[in-house]
Amino acid sequence: MAVTDVTPNGAGGDDDQAPRVALLNNPEIRGWIFQIVLAILIVYLVYAGWSNMNANLQAAGIASGWAFLGNNAGFAISQSLIEYSQASSSYGRVYVIGLLNTLIIAFFGIIFATIIGFLMGVARLSKNWLVSRLATVYVEALRNIPLLLQIFIWYFGVLRLLPQPRQGFDFGFLGLLNNRGYFAPKPVWGDGAEFTLYAFIIACIAAWALGRWARARQMATGQTFPAFWTGFGMIVFLPLAVFVITGSPLSWDIPVMGGFRPSGGMTVIPEFIAMLVALAMYTAAFIAEIVRAGILAVSRGQTEAANALGLRSGPTLRLVVIPQALRIIIPPLTSQYLNLTKNSSLAVAIAYPELTSVFAGTALNQTGQAVEIISLTMLTYLTISLLTSLFMNWYNSRVALVER
Amino acid sequence: MKKLILTSALGAAAVAFAGSAAFAATLDDVKAKGFVQCGVSQGLPGFSNPDADGNWSGLDVDLCRGVAAAIFGDGEAVKFTPLSAKERFTALQSGEIDVLSRNTTWTMSRDTQLGLNFAGVNYYDGQGFMVRTSMNINSALELSGASVCTNTGTTTELNVADYFRANNMEYELVAFEKADEVVAAYDAGRCDVYTTDQSGLYAQRLKLTDPGEHKVLPEIISKEPLGPVVRQGDDQWFNLVKWVHIATVNAEELGVTQANVDEMMAGDNPSVKRLLGSEGEFGSAIGLENDWGANVIKAVGNYGEIFDRNVGPDTPLGIARGVNALWSKGGLMYGPPIR
Repeated sequence: MAVTDVTPNGAGGDDDQAPRVALLNNPEIRGWIFQIVLAILIVYLVYAGWSNMNANLQAAGIASGWAFLGNNAGFAISQSLIEYSQASSSYGRVYVIGLLNTLIIAFFGIIFATIIGFLMGVARLSKNWLVSRLATVYVEALRNIPLLLQIFIWYFGVLRLLPQPRQGFDFGFLGLLNNRGYFAPKPVWGDGAEFTLYAFIIACIAAWALGRWARARQMATGQTFPAFWTGFGMIVFLPLAVFVITGSPLSWDIPVMGGFRPSGGMTVIPEFIAMLVALAMYTAAFIAEIVRAGILAVSRGQTEAANALGLRSGPTLRLVVIPQALRIIIPPLTSQYLNLTKNSSLAVAIAYPELTSVFAGTALNQTGQAVEIISLTMLTYLTISLLTSLFMNWYNSRVALVER
Repeated sequence: MKKLILTSALGAAAVAFAGSAAFAATLDDVKAKGFVQCGVSQGLPGFSNPDADGNWSGLDVDLCRGVAAAIFGDGEAVKFTPLSAKERFTALQSGEIDVLSRNTTWTMSRDTQLGLNFAGVNYYDGQGFMVRTSMNINSALELSGASVCTNTGTTTELNVADYFRANNMEYELVAFEKADEVVAAYDAGRCDVYTTDQSGLYAQRLKLTDPGEHKVLPEIISKEPLGPVVRQGDDQWFNLVKWVHIATVNAEELGVTQANVDEMMAGDNPSVKRLLGSEGEFGSAIGLENDWGANVIKAVGNYGEIFDRNVGPDTPLGIARGVNALWSKGGLMYGPPIR
């Protein structure tokens, strides 16, 4: 078969080396044979499993295929970032909505977890007794309670804390808050609003260029330039100026109380709030430990050397300690980001409509296409995780120690 | 080396061909293992609910006990697998359970596309709404704009979508995976409305902090025929489960009760005698002893007794027979004759 074909080829092509050894005892050829046998075996196992599954599905009379993605879904979803109508939207769109809801919770979760985690990690190292003890309590309590329980605590806690819609908080222009969620005013952009956006993009590019120039000049001449504040000013004031010049093309759609709940504006559902808080707080406890470990790993001598060179404590932290700590922090931090993304699938327990809930849950049940839907869902999580991992690896290689 | 290749090839072949056997006769499997593996809900009072000691009871549970009694003459030869709405069909398809008796609605797509068969209807239900009494709502048509709590993976989700769309009403759907969380969220005020099968509403209402403050609206917005489900392609098992349910319905019609089975067996009515196995050879046709019917009634009673014991007016659920009465009393329960 295929295996026996390979053996003579592998041997015949090589240049004749001095000692003639039996082919099978040639370590190189032997290695190749093992590799090929293994590869064939794996391919065959996958194929056998696949055809077996298809045969079983057929025998059990279960329909299969991807056609269902175009069918009308017909159920409602409580949060969708894109247009969704239960009258006409397909299962394919349900998938996209679930995916976007997963991504948005992961995105905000990662940001908040990183901020809280860094604060807590630094706080644990604080010389202030109370601050460091509080941080310790935070870390030990949150990372040792199962996440699902924390999600329930936050969810039912949030629901019990917030008042009924009719007795809800009314912040006037800032929107309404009650146990149906936070109803924020929604910006409605008028004609000419795109110029403000362009101005913002231009300001961002200019600030970045300015930063590069300032850095290059400092490297060459030693002169410093307040690039951060100048750039910040550009990013804020340039769009603002354009906005005013174009005649302030912006109005607000402010939510008002309706019969059962407020209507209009943008809604942040309580499930999102609870899930975000739970994920961020839980993951932050792990990040805090990673940050603490990273900072502690930078030898004390580095700080002392920086002080000896006359650097003040701010620049010491920013230019000496943190860059070295980051090398240790980044790889485990990546794992935490991946965990957070995957943990977002627990949201199914509290009715947050993410991928596992609406697609691998409701859509799976309505269509019964278990194999297709579960594989697609797994593949999606895998892709999200690999992309996150790829980005973090790239970032890691940038901050990693360059050996000369 | 040749030996190695041969071994690997044999190994691969062995792996590939193992497990490709189709589902064999369920009845033989059940007889071999000595009990029926029955898929039930994760706790729905009146239908399938465990007590503090882990003993299951309810209308759906009694169907499984009836099947066990028909096969083994013992209503206790059942093991229960609590399943969420989402897991139930996969559990049955994969052979993890023998019969699914879990307040499951019979629909065309479930019957035709999932490789499953519905073996009759043991409770005619319809979807309803529950709201707080304090909201002063008397009809489901006043619910425009409401937040609606329900379970994912149920026909409920689609029915409520259809109903609100048909009546041009807005709503927000909040769908949980487990019934307990739906109840907790509704109780905590997340939703104005709790919707599920009406029998389920009565059952879940008992779990609320103050059941008296909630009421079930009169509208029934869907047909929900609930019944036991088996795998497609095993007609013997399908027939068995189907006729166990029919036997309980016919028993009620013929006046056979748990208490008077032996007496009726010795009686003169040929219909009763065929049901209970003292006449004819009906058991062997479904792979059982001829007294299977008598065993079913001895274990769980007739359909009327099952209904009254689990969900009837004297239970906390207090559901009236309504459409679930016998056909001769204006209901839909109609058992084909045993002959």
